[in-house]
Amino acid sequence: MWLFNSSVGRKVVMCVTGASLVLFLLFHASMNLVAIISPEGYDMICEFLGANWYALVGTVGLAGLAVIHILYAFILSVQNYRARGNARYEVTDRQESVEWASKNMLVLGFIILGGICVHLIHFWAKMQLVEILGAIPENGMELIRYTFSQWYNLAIYLVWFAAIWFHLTHGIWSSMHTLGWNNNIWMPRIKCISNIFATLIVLMFASVAIYYFVISLI
Amino acid sequence: MAKQEEIQAKIDAKIPEGPLAEKWTNYKAHQKLVNPANKRRLDIIVVGTGLAGASAAASLAEMGFNVLSFCIQDSPRRAHSIAAQGGINAAKNYQNDGDSVYRLFYDTIKGGDYRAREANVYRLAEVSNNIIDQCVAQGVPFAREYGGLLDNRSFGGAQVSRTFYAKGQTGQQLLLGAYSALSRQIGKGKVKMYSRYEMLDIVVIEGRARGIIARNLVTGRIERFFAHAVVVGSGGYGNTFFLSTNAMASNGSAAMQMYRKGAYFANPCYAQIHPTCIPVHGDFQSKLTLMSESLRNDGRIWVPKKIEDAKAMQAGKLKGRDIPEEDRDYYLERRYPAFGNLVPRDVASRAAKERCDAGFGVNATGLAVFLDFSDAIKRLGKDVVAAKYGNLFQMYEKIVDENPYEDPMMIFPAIHYTMGGIWVDYELQTSVQGLFCIGEANFSDHGANRLGASALMQGLADGYFVLPYTIQNYLADQISVPRMSTDLPEFVEAENAVKAKIEKLMAIQGKRSVDSIHRELGLTMWEYVGMGRTKAGLETAIAKIAEIRKEFWSNVFIPGTEDDLNVELEKALRLADFIEIGDLMARDALQREESCGGHFREEYQTPEGEALRQDDKFSFASCWKYMGEGVEPVMLKEPLDYEFTERKTRNYKN
Amino acid sequence: MEKTINITLKVWRQAGPKAKGGFETYKLDNISTDSSFLEMLDVLNEKLINERKEPVVFDHDCREGICGMCSLYINGHPHGPDSAITTCQLHMRKFKDGETITVEPWRSNAFPVIKDLMVDRRAYDKIIQAGGFVSVNTGGVPDANAIPIPKKDADEAMDAASCIGCGACAAACKNGSAMLFVAAKVSQLALLPQGKVEAARRAKAMVAKMDELGFGNCTNTGACAAECPKSVSLSNIARLNREFICAKFKD
Repeated sequence: MWLFNSSVGRKVVMCVTGASLVLFLLFHASMNLVAIISPEGYDMICEFLGANWYALVGTVGLAGLAVIHILYAFILSVQNYRARGNARYEVTDRQESVEWASKNMLVLGFIILGGICVHLIHFWAKMQLVEILGAIPENGMELIRYTFSQWYNLAIYLVWFAAIWFHLTHGIWSSMHTLGWNNNIWMPRIKCISNIFATLIVLMFASVAIYYFVISLI
Repeated sequence: MAKQEEIQAKIDAKIPEGPLAEKWTNYKAHQKLVNPANKRRLDIIVVGTGLAGASAAASLAEMGFNVLSFCIQDSPRRAHSIAAQGGINAAKNYQNDGDSVYRLFYDTIKGGDYRAREANVYRLAEVSNNIIDQCVAQGVPFAREYGGLLDNRSFGGAQVSRTFYAKGQTGQQLLLGAYSALSRQIGKGKVKMYSRYEMLDIVVIEGRARGIIARNLVTGRIERFFAHAVVVGSGGYGNTFFLSTNAMASNGSAAMQMYRKGAYFANPCYAQIHPTCIPVHGDFQSKLTLMSESLRNDGRIWVPKKIEDAKAMQAGKLKGRDIPEEDRDYYLERRYPAFGNLVPRDVASRAAKERCDAGFGVNATGLAVFLDFSDAIKRLGKDVVAAKYGNLFQMYEKIVDENPYEDPMMIFPAIHYTMGGIWVDYELQTSVQGLFCIGEANFSDHGANRLGASALMQGLADGYFVLPYTIQNYLADQISVPRMSTDLPEFVEAENAVKAKIEKLMAIQGKRSVDSIHRELGLTMWEYVGMGRTKAGLETAIAKIAEIRKEFWSNVFIPGTEDDLNVELEKALRLADFIEIGDLMARDALQREESCGGHFREEYQTPEGEALRQDDKFSFASCWKYMGEGVEPVMLKEPLDYEFTERKTRNYKN
Repeated sequence: MEKTINITLKVWRQAGPKAKGGFETYKLDNISTDSSFLEMLDVLNEKLINERKEPVVFDHDCREGICGMCSLYINGHPHGPDSAITTCQLHMRKFKDGETITVEPWRSNAFPVIKDLMVDRRAYDKIIQAGGFVSVNTGGVPDANAIPIPKKDADEAMDAASCIGCGACAAACKNGSAMLFVAAKVSQLALLPQGKVEAARRAKAMVAKMDELGFGNCTNTGACAAECPKSVSLSNIARLNREFICAKFKD
């Protein structure tokens, strides 16, 4: 199957899973914004996304996408490391036109993975997981208020968001490129769209975190 | 003398009977062919993977022959055909400017100063159109007009626009086309590719070429290869001059190996000096860089009118742009109003030398003239000029560190191409049976001077459309010859001779590097066998070359061992042959007491300084026959009869 | 009026493919800034030969930037620190007096070192042999003007075709990927009607061969295009992806 045994195929898997996760982030960020606009509305969404069958299917699917994305990232990295041969360059220098993120996607991925773990412990483990186990989940708004009132949590989340931003600036345009939706004219446009998109998503997330940290100070 | 006459009788170019325009058709209609089942049983060695070698190897393999292809570089795509910039001629007449097969033939004969074989040149013009069709079908991205049809440009020595081009990289694209065809056959297993292999001798068995001895350049191993016929497309010997526009590894050793096995070396003195190269700038220089002749389409060549301006430039006090229009001497336009800056290469080169000799050179060495685009930029705009020549300008700027959009380019002539080479008959077969020679390595089509954009044409014509036919006429008689063992005494003997030569070289352990001796040879060649030759100078050259030969064989130092990758050994083996070629060039130039094309004897010129031919005495191709080591070679003559064209003095004035 | 500089060279020396290599340091004085990088190496070799040592082996041929034979990873860049040129076109004026210059061979699993700075790049030939051609035999082809080709397509094909097969793309890539090389050929031929006929087959065959030879996976970092001496565009890779994915979906 070409998605496993060809280099372009493996890239397609990376890009399709990656792009799907970006869409999830967009959805998640929009949901979070509700927390600023209307805390009641946010709680309603949390309730709506409890241990319902559709939410569970979504969660499992999401987890699947993430696992495939991460697994492939490892496979690709190992293969690429081998392809460089046994000897490394003594001196390396960066090229001006090459984005830093594009060369450090794996490192960024690690940071993001760490962030996800923290995030799951903070929220998912106390909400959907608890509900699946048959107990009563905690209130979403309360969790947000509590988590972001701690300065260290804010710091962790901001680092996480930054990593996501870098990861996305390369990831979004790169996924389009991998699918072949690119040419000389569109290359700068796609990169620009990619930056805007990444910034928008990260700003949406960050605004909620900062908003509730500021609120906690008042 | 009796012996010479005896050999003389044997020079037979095998030109088919009939009117000029029907010779090739008649030949093809009556030649012998090899049927498909028998092709599979025949092996052909092709040495060299330039335009001629790669296209021949690919075409022969497509037909069904087993081909063994050899190149000295790491990949067949590196052959120096790749560096041709300007374009390739063809008589398509797409521009409706009156071109025809006859006109291309005529221009080529005239451009070669009536020293080429009519029948060969006509055939070349005939197949030129097929080449363009073939290359387009292979995916060569020739320049096109907005209507989607092919574009043409004009080139020196022609009054029509018949040159097809792919930016300034025509040679590259054509070679990659031939390389892709060759690669396809390698992939199919019909061609066995030997890269980083250098042929060191031809094996001749019972008077027929039956194989080669080659050195694996990576391991140093000497290996033997059998074939029913050997085809050599190894390029020219311009590097005899050390500094030339040829690639560093381009060499004349294959030609000398053929020569020593009985193939005649024809017209060795015909070397082309290209007018538009970047001038020499230092002692450390390793090669000269060509700027495409196409630049002369829009660039104007000039030097200052006033000697004091030239002196100031040589001292670095003035720049080209400081000289007002009225003080510029556009000497080509002045001397040759009809062709102006588009005169043939030999004429343009000599004119530049004449001005520089008179003291009007424009750089520190006094050996440079200007090629100026300021008029073209005014007329067409910088963008148009950049679209046409941008990559050449960029190359110039990288090398010279001056911006040619602002300061005029500086150029000077340099050795570029050798019209002389191994003598071949109409079938491209040398005087050794079963040994064929194609492309620049042979002497056939350009006479005493080659027109721009004709080398690509000839290489591909030989490889795609001529040799694959004519070689069958020979191989048809060879179908019953079984593959021979490479343990035959002739193979053993040839290998031992090669090994002995290498051991001899390695044992010298003298004091000088190969390059230092080569540089010395080059200086001698440029000084005495270069653009202006005299009897006394050539005699000096022969004496100096003898000294260089002695110095080389007694004082060269080759580090390392012979059974390993050893670049110095490779260079030494090539230099040993360059020395002999230099000697042959000087001898040939000495005997040819006339001026024609690239060969200019200062004793023979018109009062205006133009070349003066001596048709009554020198209307022949000089064919040098090897008589043994240390023995003077014998010169035979192939008379050149002009049945279909009238010989005229070349006139580019009006 | 000639300007000269003194430099220190750190050159990778390796006796053979299996031998252990290492850096040797050489000092060179009075190198003209007008000389090319390879001419500077010629000077070094002349010096080594005069000291009766073995010269540094490096690949080079045309010395005018078109044959693709020269390589060298100089101060962290394939073909050195200048842009859009090959090593043979790199001139010493790009270096400072007293500078230390590190010269390494291409490092890639698919390009094993032969000796010193010389590597084996036949992997690229093998990729072309797998499909980098139009399957036409000599003779029997239509007239060159039979099929008009839009100028834009012809020009774009020409830009892709200007690849010289030097290997800088794979050498520059942190993943050791040969995608730009493959993409350039696939693009050139896919853009032209003559090559379009077997475009799908070509893309699949060439990618399969590239993977088989041990090149890495492209992650679109763009280092290849940034270092390409002929400025072959990264968007060729998008076209290759497109051709390849379409070909696979048609199967």
